[in-house]
Amino acid sequence: MSSYLELTARQRIPAIFDEGSFEEFLPPSARVASPHLSQLDAPVSFDDGVVVGRGLLGGQVVFGAAQEGGFMGGAVGEVHGAKLVGMLRRAIDEGAHAVLLLLESGGVRLHEANAGLIAVSEVMRAMLDARAAGIPVVAVIGGSTGGVGGWGSGARGPNRVIWWDAGRGAWPGPEVIETANGVEEFDSRDRALVWRTTGGKHRYLLGDCQVLVPDDTAAFRTAALAAIADIRAGHAHLTLEDLLREQDMLARRMQQAEGLVEPMDIWKGLGIPDPASLPMLDTEAFLQLAAQHRVTDRASTRTGDK
Amino acid sequence: MDWQTLATQLFRGGHTIDERDNFLSGSAQVGDQPVDVIGTTGHVPIGIEIALAQAQAILKTVQDHPGRPILILVDTQGQRLRHRDEMLGINSYMAHLGKCVDLARRRGHTVIGLVYDQALSGGFITSGLIASACFALPQATIRVMGLPAMARITKVPEERLTELAKDNPVFAPGPENYLRMGGLHGIWQDDLAGQLVRALNACGTEDGRMALGRERGGRMLAQPVAEAVRTGSHVRPA
Repeated sequence: MSSYLELTARQRIPAIFDEGSFEEFLPPSARVASPHLSQLDAPVSFDDGVVVGRGLLGGQVVFGAAQEGGFMGGAVGEVHGAKLVGMLRRAIDEGAHAVLLLLESGGVRLHEANAGLIAVSEVMRAMLDARAAGIPVVAVIGGSTGGVGGWGSGARGPNRVIWWDAGRGAWPGPEVIETANGVEEFDSRDRALVWRTTGGKHRYLLGDCQVLVPDDTAAFRTAALAAIADIRAGHAHLTLEDLLREQDMLARRMQQAEGLVEPMDIWKGLGIPDPASLPMLDTEAFLQLAAQHRVTDRASTRTGDK
Repeated sequence: MDWQTLATQLFRGGHTIDERDNFLSGSAQVGDQPVDVIGTTGHVPIGIEIALAQAQAILKTVQDHPGRPILILVDTQGQRLRHRDEMLGINSYMAHLGKCVDLARRRGHTVIGLVYDQALSGGFITSGLIASACFALPQATIRVMGLPAMARITKVPEERLTELAKDNPVFAPGPENYLRMGGLHGIWQDDLAGQLVRALNACGTEDGRMALGRERGGRMLAQPVAEAVRTGSHVRPA
């Protein structure tokens, strides 16, 4: 196994796409950086924290992006967002086979506050434009930052989200909740609680992530190929029926969790026999157990993705 | 402005908007055109219940009244910052709302957002900012996050952020900054009813906010960067 987690954005692209196939758009040599960071004396990056381009995946032309968690937590600013939007629009222009997003972001880049907020909404719309054009959009969340803040929501725009089982997704995230409402509300230093609340296994059981893999680049690549093939066999665009099913799933989740405050109680409610043991299970054992219990918004099956 | 006064000024033909636990929904008459209205009031934090309620109302309009315009009235202090919301995946509820707005737009419903009091990131990013067009009243405020939390996350001292929030276009909460950046299509000064009619008639289906931001001088790089990536060219200085 080779770890995906430990790779930078620029290392992840060749690890996932077909070898030597990826062409970057507006690379760092173009020196396009954020216009807003200097007023806060913050450093800039010549890729503004995101790699965008076009490559091959399993021999098919797939457009892609990788966010760099090491630069401002992968957060979305004006340039970062515009690069993603430009790539998604180009994917439509060129009739891409799919778009693969290697996400790792804390959400709106607070250093560019207003500009970042608008940018996140533009990326969300551009993702849905690509889907409306029939292009599958698949996201991978496998970094230590995960998909947090406004990006927690952005990560629910693609057709599928593939997660590392110890990754996390949250919005606003424990730190913001603790700052606003105190440590009694959410202790952001209680790592076990943070993980139970925002971790990949929890999201998978609830139905918010569709594919869970161990921290292995080959597993991510295989899962991405399978997800793209599966979506292309159906449809990429949003339909009323899909959204009604998702709405039903979200409404039932709320009802079934009435009065519950501990994620383990939710797992118990789903029929997991020994919730306390769940965090320790390896991915394979967890997936076997979860298959009988997890919630999905898919029409025909409760057994998950093929 | 309270929502009743707002509704009276917006809908001279009358309305049936009802408030329940700070969630607004109903219908109104704009000229001879019925419009469905959803929204929030009392600066209510958007938790999973109210996000879902808005999404349900939108899909109901899509099913029962194909093509009918939808107006989203925005007044929120942002998403609810509670462990329970996070545990149940509030990001999914918010994204679901955004996807419902997107679906409605694509099926021919003009969706207009109107920030009539407060807007803050979480409650706004997948409602007003996903609409066909978004407007604000002059006294509205739009923020990304409270300054104490922002200071903690950015490690920029709160005093410095407070200073910047006074007049820096990227940090200040006034609607004119969002207008210049293209995040708002317009600010409705007076004649709200007439403004709404004009907005309903003028809405396009493309997301033209980057171009607006450049034209208005508030967001100079977004449009050229997106265009350079799209066409494989270089970014031309403004």
